Amino acid sequence: MSGLRIRDLRVSFDGFKAVDGVDLDVAPGDIRFLIGPNGAGKTTLVDAVTGLVKASGSVHFGDAELLGRPVHQIARMGVGRTFQTATVFEELTVLQNLDIAAGAGRSPWSLLRRRTSVPTVVSEALETINLTAQRDQLAGTLAHGQKQWLEIGMLLVQDVRLLLLDEPVAGMSHDERDATGALLGVVSRDRTVVVIEHDMDFMRSFARTVTVLHAGKVLSEGSVAQVQADPKVQEVYLGQGTRDA
Amino acid sequence: MTSTVERPVSAPPVAPRRRFVLRGPGVGLAVGAVVLFAVAPVALSDFRLSLLAKYLCIAMVAVGIGLAWGRGGLLTLGQGVFFGLGGYAMAMHMKLADAGPGQMPDFMLLYGQLDALPWWWAPFRSPYFALPATVLLPMLVAFLLGSLVFRRRVRGAYFAILSQALAAALAIFLIGQQGTTGGTNGLTDFQGFFGYDLDDPVNQRMVYFIVAASLLALLLIARQLIRSRYGELLVAVRDSEERVRFLGYNPANVKLVAYVVAAGMAGLAGALFVPAVGIINPALIGIVPSIEFVIGVAVGGRATLLGPVIGAVAVAWARTTLSEEFPAAWTYLQGLLFVLVVAFLPGGLASARVLLRRRSP
Amino acid sequence: MTVIVSQLFTGVSIGAVLLLIALGLSLTFGQMGVINMAHGEFIMAGAYTVYVLQKVITGAGWSLLIALPIAFAVAGAMGVLLEFLLIRRLYARPLDTLLVTWGVSLILQQAARDIFGAPNVQTKAPDALTGNVRITDDLVLSNNRLFILGLAGLAVVALTLVLRFTSLGRRIRAVVQNRDLAAVSGIPTGRVDRLTFFIGSGLAGVAGVALTLLGPIGPTMGTNVIIDAFLVVVAGGIGHLKGSVIVAFALGTLQSLIEYSTTVSVAKVLVFVAIVAFLQWRPQGLFTLRTRSMA
Ligand SMILES: Nc1ncnc2c1ncn2[C@@H]1O[C@H](COP(=O)(O)OP(=O)(O)OP(=O)(O)O)[C@@H](O)[C@H]1O
Ligand SMILES: [Mg+2]
Repeated sequence: MSGLRIRDLRVSFDGFKAVDGVDLDVAPGDIRFLIGPNGAGKTTLVDAVTGLVKASGSVHFGDAELLGRPVHQIARMGVGRTFQTATVFEELTVLQNLDIAAGAGRSPWSLLRRRTSVPTVVSEALETINLTAQRDQLAGTLAHGQKQWLEIGMLLVQDVRLLLLDEPVAGMSHDERDATGALLGVVSRDRTVVVIEHDMDFMRSFARTVTVLHAGKVLSEGSVAQVQADPKVQEVYLGQGTRDA
Repeated sequence: MTSTVERPVSAPPVAPRRRFVLRGPGVGLAVGAVVLFAVAPVALSDFRLSLLAKYLCIAMVAVGIGLAWGRGGLLTLGQGVFFGLGGYAMAMHMKLADAGPGQMPDFMLLYGQLDALPWWWAPFRSPYFALPATVLLPMLVAFLLGSLVFRRRVRGAYFAILSQALAAALAIFLIGQQGTTGGTNGLTDFQGFFGYDLDDPVNQRMVYFIVAASLLALLLIARQLIRSRYGELLVAVRDSEERVRFLGYNPANVKLVAYVVAAGMAGLAGALFVPAVGIINPALIGIVPSIEFVIGVAVGGRATLLGPVIGAVAVAWARTTLSEEFPAAWTYLQGLLFVLVVAFLPGGLASARVLLRRRSP
Repeated sequence: MTVIVSQLFTGVSIGAVLLLIALGLSLTFGQMGVINMAHGEFIMAGAYTVYVLQKVITGAGWSLLIALPIAFAVAGAMGVLLEFLLIRRLYARPLDTLLVTWGVSLILQQAARDIFGAPNVQTKAPDALTGNVRITDDLVLSNNRLFILGLAGLAVVALTLVLRFTSLGRRIRAVVQNRDLAAVSGIPTGRVDRLTFFIGSGLAGVAGVALTLLGPIGPTMGTNVIIDAFLVVVAGGIGHLKGSVIVAFALGTLQSLIEYSTTVSVAKVLVFVAIVAFLQWRPQGLFTLRTRSMA
């Protein structure tokens, strides 16, 4: 397993510094929660790591430098992400969604043939994300929470080693949140996980370590208890209370 | 942030419909083959049959557009370019073959601007060069343009406009080169097709059968592509290109395959159009014909396998029937087709069928 | 030396024509993202406005001047009608908009054929615009080209002022940048769309008036210019007027220089190649409007 090491990461949009010199270390197998007020730069940080926006500094996953590579290459190096708004291929079935996610390494020849059976990783993932019954349903017809799970399932079959989840439980019911949390536990057994979340209860239940981002900079870092006790964090969240989405 | 917490999950009866879609083209293809090879040659006069051959050539272009646009979301408004490249490659060979060894084509002597055959005409004398070139040349051009354009993520409307601009540029270029390409007149007056006299009705029938067989072959290729994993990937790219990228694929390559295949299909169509109809000229490949290839696809159903073929043949037939007697009415009708079908029935006739099916269970 | 200068002037005047026909598009396509293939027929409508007016008003100069606002209104009204009847239903489907408006353009062309006849017609140019300005013996600038240059300049300035300083302009920019936010802020987005379309299409009418000075007009004149106009906006970048301005003049100059050293038909191909090459360097066009794009 590999960890994530970020040094002096900077992203600016027309002069506006969305990420402003972030250093971040996530140990292999950790479940790191990334929190912070709206506009803190959390999503932008993940965008930078996955190659979606240009950034300076360095991002190492294991020994490999990620910055400067195109998105699809970073994905092939084992880095996967979900999006703030669930994005699945709505016109394809759940099975097809997963099968595509599992197939980035397929040879052109096998791409040109039909799928004759369900790959084992796919059927396992279907079990893990609890969507076996919806296998042949169009992804567009899934409930919101199920779409989020499908996204996570796609990361599983994609066999990524680093998962970056952007607000995975936003808009979920209580039960769905717990199920997602349990899923995180399973997933993190042999992977490194970074979760962006606004939901403090969810964070308290499932985070191993927490980083607080504010105005593009790291404000505080540590265990859940340490971070909550940090006066700087309280100041930033002052008046917001604990924001439950 | 989205706030839908729980939405009732009503499982629609997806499975039976899917099976229908998957089996449909198989049956449809078989029926189509019978119609093309058994019914049409018996039922139609020589004249009508050669008209049908012309429509089927247009349908071959439509198969490619259905793949690239319907499945891949690549609205290519420049298929005339590839149709033209295939057509001119074939026409150049036929002109040289008509002229005989070492001779120049008749029109070059007629315009009298040249003393010798231009160097780029020379290789087309050989059928071993000319025949593959009708397909490979368009594929090469599509590959070059596509890799430049897709890699830089020029897409959607930008791509559509660029592809259309290419069609305009090629047509104007050809018109300007009268001495070597026949200019506005294009290449015409062919006598023979690989040694067979094209004036002989029997040989015209042979051309028809070649066209029909080619169309079927293209349909089989398209069917395999659509049903393969690649076909699923192509739909995924159409619906969310960025998401596909994050799964580790390069969407540029996925699109490139569909675009290049569609170009090859248009090239073959153009190549067969020449013996079937007897002419290729800039008016057949510019902006207007290029976008007209698309309307048949839209009418028939862009995302289906057989829809584009049926739509293309229907529109081409309507054009011949109407435009001779009522040219103005035909233009109005064609305009209305674009407006009504694309705006209000984007799935084409194929979706009308599904709608009807839904209404009357 | 004078050859270069006179080619440059030709280039600038080609650019001015390009700019005039692209200016309206830079509003409807550039700002709203609508690909309106019938834009070329709005240009045609503007041109035929001059033709019709000249049947009523005999003085060519007056008819041209009066035609400018009338053509603006006529083409603008056609644009609003199109937006209201079709385009607003299709905002989520840009490629389908392209095909639908192509259908509209076919219908408008045929209508022009039925009303005015298929052959091209010639309008009268005012005497003041038929002459030349002689700078040196080799360098002669034609009045009509100068007029078009002035008209294009005027249109750009007017449009910039409207976008910058009027409340309509602010609303247009608000809707372009964030439609949902604009809507919840109480901006009637539907009406803003229609007004934007009115101005954009109206500018096409003005361009049509200008084109009557350069040659005969006919039902298909729109199709001939529309692709170039779209290329200008594509290469200029969405949402930026100045991109279209710069690209129009750059393309005009390029075209006139290539035409000078080769032929018109070769120039067409080379200009296309140049644009594809340019998009390699700047895939979003010269200027880009930064927005979060992930969908
Ligand atoms: N493409 C972009 N262009 C311009 N500004 C951007 C862009 N992407 C993000 N920003 C700005 O950067 C800042 C950080 O945004 P980011 O989305 O990373 O915040 P976040 O921490 O994820 O917030 P949230 O909790 O609301 O999701 C914001 O002020 C945002 O407006
Ligand atoms: Mg965010």
